[in-house]
Amino acid sequence: MTRPSFVRIANGQGFWGDSILAPVRLVREGPVDYLTLDYLAEVTMSIMQKLRARNPNAGYATDFVRLVERILPELVEQGIKVVANAGGVNPRGCMEAVAAVIAKRGYQGVKLGIVEGDDVFGRIDELVAAGEPLANMDTGAPLATVRERLTSANVYLGAFPIAEALDQGAQIVITGRGTDPGLVLGPMIHEFGWKPGDHDLLAAGTVAGHIVECGAQCTGGNFTDWRSVPDMARIGYPLIEMRADGTFAITKHAGTGGLVNESSVLHQLAYEMGDPRAYLGPDCTADFTTIRLRTGGRDRVEVSGVRGGPPTPFFKVSASYANGFKAVGELTISGPEALAKARLCAEIVWQRLALDGAHYAPEERLVEFLGANTCHAGIASAEREDPSEIVLRMGVKGSDEAKVNRFGMELVPLVTSGPPGVTGFAGGRPKATEIIGFWPALLRKSFVTPKVTVVTVGA
Amino acid sequence: MAKVPLSRIATARSGDKGEGSNVGVLARSDAAYAFLVEHLTAERVRRHMAAINPGGVRRYEAQNLRLLNFLLEDSLGGGGSASLKTDAQGKTHGLAVLRLELDVPDAVLASVPAAD
Repeated sequence: MTRPSFVRIANGQGFWGDSILAPVRLVREGPVDYLTLDYLAEVTMSIMQKLRARNPNAGYATDFVRLVERILPELVEQGIKVVANAGGVNPRGCMEAVAAVIAKRGYQGVKLGIVEGDDVFGRIDELVAAGEPLANMDTGAPLATVRERLTSANVYLGAFPIAEALDQGAQIVITGRGTDPGLVLGPMIHEFGWKPGDHDLLAAGTVAGHIVECGAQCTGGNFTDWRSVPDMARIGYPLIEMRADGTFAITKHAGTGGLVNESSVLHQLAYEMGDPRAYLGPDCTADFTTIRLRTGGRDRVEVSGVRGGPPTPFFKVSASYANGFKAVGELTISGPEALAKARLCAEIVWQRLALDGAHYAPEERLVEFLGANTCHAGIASAEREDPSEIVLRMGVKGSDEAKVNRFGMELVPLVTSGPPGVTGFAGGRPKATEIIGFWPALLRKSFVTPKVTVVTVGA
Repeated sequence: MAKVPLSRIATARSGDKGEGSNVGVLARSDAAYAFLVEHLTAERVRRHMAAINPGGVRRYEAQNLRLLNFLLEDSLGGGGSASLKTDAQGKTHGLAVLRLELDVPDAVLASVPAAD
């Protein structure tokens, strides 16, 4: 098989809820070999598990099915391959839905691949019995404290199963939970024949994946020097040009907005970072202190020098559990003396709730005065005297759903029974919503066997 | 020597990290990085962010990236969906740290291209 000199991988979705237009523009505004899409946040798996419990055909990112339908002509005509973690807790259901829209549009012969095996929710007791503690890796708390309240449990699989699906000819690969960088590392392993022991190459691909995994956050989005970012409305999403030797460029399509420079790439390298010497993943450990950046032209940064080491013997488990309820509501309070009146309003709410027997501990309640330095509380240079208006934002949480809902009834009355100038209550009473707790744990890799399936639409 | 906000000599990016957040401070020049390694200590950031983060602060260095990475251990009011805070993901913590005021030597200021 002939290996390409480089491969172009674009990331068109940084998180659940990211721009639906970004992936469309990526396949229409310039050349792309692979389009990757990340739909899964930690809480998403729990929500999808609930959807699937109600309907065995649900539990995946339905946005993805609509996207495939929209860009199918480009994918087929240009031979663009897609890797997406849209499968959620039901990759097979997602594949069937994608196959249906492809068949409906009259395309035959498209190959779809899925990666399964990340979902260990149904195996928790088996794993514990086999000696896996699944303790909280941040706090050390034993699993027993949340066992009865668990709502999902998935391991972060690596990139090799994705590469295997591509090796088998899949044009669209749908996974469940995996690492975000794995979505781009899989195509690199497939294209260049990288092996599990190629730690430096795998680390380079992981670093590339980390840079693009939040979409426009490396192309001028959320950028300190925001005035220097041109045409943010048409911001270009990132492209990796990866070479077989592990050196790569970060760029974007010509003519799009935003910018790619050393600073924009550095911003994203710092995102969600822990110890820069040890970025842990299922396929390798990447050392961010070895990364070299160089400007490679307009909107182009060259990356080289990345060194890596072996991965740990564990998969990270992302589990979730039911952790009580919360409710949050807002009112707008105009001046004069907006802040003083907002403070009075908050005090009235707590006193009226207490009159009805509803008390909330300090750690179960929060008051924010938006407009009077909430985000940068306590920082003197951010303080402003007498804002002309304030958004009063109040919330409570706890295990008692009725008590959380009781709070929600006490905000609206302030409009007529508090100080003057209280308005802006359009959303009705705040209702209790479930808090989804996050439970990170470790699981020895030998307990997990990824499963790859490739099917041909219309076959 | 002049008292300037940290944003004059550095940029930043922040995000959630479990029940805390990380703030990556990126020096705008080598001289600024050397100055910050010495003066932007974990304790200095802890005091500046104390009203937002009642927890501790750890610092990591990556000279190749001119990066000081600060982990704020309890800055999200519980983290994830358990937080009642507006900024439950620490998205604004980078800008908060960039408000920190420092006495910066002229040579360091001169090493940094004029802010946009």
